[in-house]
Amino acid sequence: MSDPDLLERGLRPTSATGSRWRRRTPKVVSSQRTGAKIPLALLIPAIVGIAFLVLPMVGLLIRAPWSELLVRLAEPEVGQALRLSVFTATLATLASMVLGIPIAWVLARSAIRGRSILRALVTVPLVLPPVVGGVALFLVLGRRGIIGAWLYDTFGFSLPFTTTAVVIAETFVAMPFLVISVEGALRAADARFEDAAATLGANGWSTFRRVTLPLVAPGIAAGAVLCWARALGEFGATITFAGNFPGTTQTMPLAVYLALQNDPEAAIVLSLVLLVVSLATLTLLRERWLTRAR
Amino acid sequence: MNLTVRQLLAVVAALFLALTACGGGKDVPAADSTGEESSAAAPSENTLSGPLTVFAGASLTDVFTELAELFTADHPDVEVTFNFGPSSGLATQINQGAPADVFASANTSQMDVVTQDGSAAGEPTVFTENVLQIAVPAGNPANIADLADFANPDLTLAICAPRVPCGAAAETVFAAAGITPSVDSLEEDVRAALTKVELGEVDATLVYVTDVIAAGDSVEGIDFPETEEAVNAYPIVTLAAAPNPDAAQAWVEFILSDVGAAALETAGFRSP
Repeated sequence: MSDPDLLERGLRPTSATGSRWRRRTPKVVSSQRTGAKIPLALLIPAIVGIAFLVLPMVGLLIRAPWSELLVRLAEPEVGQALRLSVFTATLATLASMVLGIPIAWVLARSAIRGRSILRALVTVPLVLPPVVGGVALFLVLGRRGIIGAWLYDTFGFSLPFTTTAVVIAETFVAMPFLVISVEGALRAADARFEDAAATLGANGWSTFRRVTLPLVAPGIAAGAVLCWARALGEFGATITFAGNFPGTTQTMPLAVYLALQNDPEAAIVLSLVLLVVSLATLTLLRERWLTRAR
Repeated sequence: MNLTVRQLLAVVAALFLALTACGGGKDVPAADSTGEESSAAAPSENTLSGPLTVFAGASLTDVFTELAELFTADHPDVEVTFNFGPSSGLATQINQGAPADVFASANTSQMDVVTQDGSAAGEPTVFTENVLQIAVPAGNPANIADLADFANPDLTLAICAPRVPCGAAAETVFAAAGITPSVDSLEEDVRAALTKVELGEVDATLVYVTDVIAAGDSVEGIDFPETEEAVNAYPIVTLAAAPNPDAAQAWVEFILSDVGAAALETAGFRSP
């Protein structure tokens, strides 16, 4: 790896011993990048792509009954669903990080056999229709499920139709996004830093904690954002495995879907609320990451 | 080419306008071709032909699919295609200009949405009825006996959400029986409620008799007297913008015939 590459990652030894690495913003490199010309072959599909992604949202904004917006926001059920959504999506993201980062490490760094099969298995929730995912969760964790039946018979405890079930359903669907992002970041990161740390006597865990984690922090952050956004919008697995009850399991997407049944305008307003909250959260977090990185 | 975000958005907006303009241009030849088709099909009465698009409530899926085979046996040149879904969604699609010939709604309120919009041709006719039944997993493990069991907080129970038709009907029967249900989940549709019964994850739910019959052996139905308070009527109508009005009329008459009534009865529907 050449010197400019190191600069680009914002990594530099902070002391002569070189045992600790600190992040630093590479100002020169980044200002050169943003001034680049956009080739026409990239510009045109980019414009079409932006239109494709943004116009449906514009459609929602045009159709939104703005006068109703404040009235809807004041409804206790809306606040309840919104709080539950943000709360469960955040817990699902934390759970995904605790379980998903180690999976990504195993996929990127370990030499175990059948790694590609493992990767395919881990990403199954991405291709599975979420409602089927919800049924699959029933078959394992439901009160007649493989593990759930034992829980129910031993402790009289049943997971479905609880807030915990919402978090489980969201984690199941959203975690692969985090795993893929972090694995990509780990593969792109230079493993020689880890080798160096090991040479200097750090054990596996402390190398991971003090070298690998800071190295792939941007990848983890990007994965966590994707994961959180996916969890926030989760519908199929949640309504199947956790059911739908205001206050315990009714998240915003469920409220939106049910409103769509007989009150499309309310559904649009609720969608906008969800959209605004997620955009605001993501923008704020991004700001914090950027400022922290500097 | 140095573009600011503002310039980029301007290009996107221009593109949007260009696309919508294209869409408008294409409408003209399309209107011409449908005009030709209807004038060619009009004179002959017995020889129906062409595609016939039927929008029908999801609960009619099995029985309408079966009836379509009998219908095309009589009219081999007609190709029946269905759009099954929640009646509310279908009503929205029809009012938005979906090219449908017939609308069979699973309730009168969504039919009203279509007739009030002026999308229906003539008056809708109620062709069948459906009532609620208690659905329990095979063997009835929780020993559900009647509607009063829905007030038991120790049971795991689900009913449809009040916003969807089966939920509105459930509210009506509970009100009639004077029962406050203690439920764990308000399901988005009949299918979602039945799935949870089939898996044994809920002890009971309220769905239509036809749903219990369609679910087969994994679900048992229990009748209850208050069900008469929420009889669900199914109206059918031909649509004003029907591309194939003659076939549409024939389909409605076929559904109202003895053949149609017999098939509906086998599926658990009852005559109005």
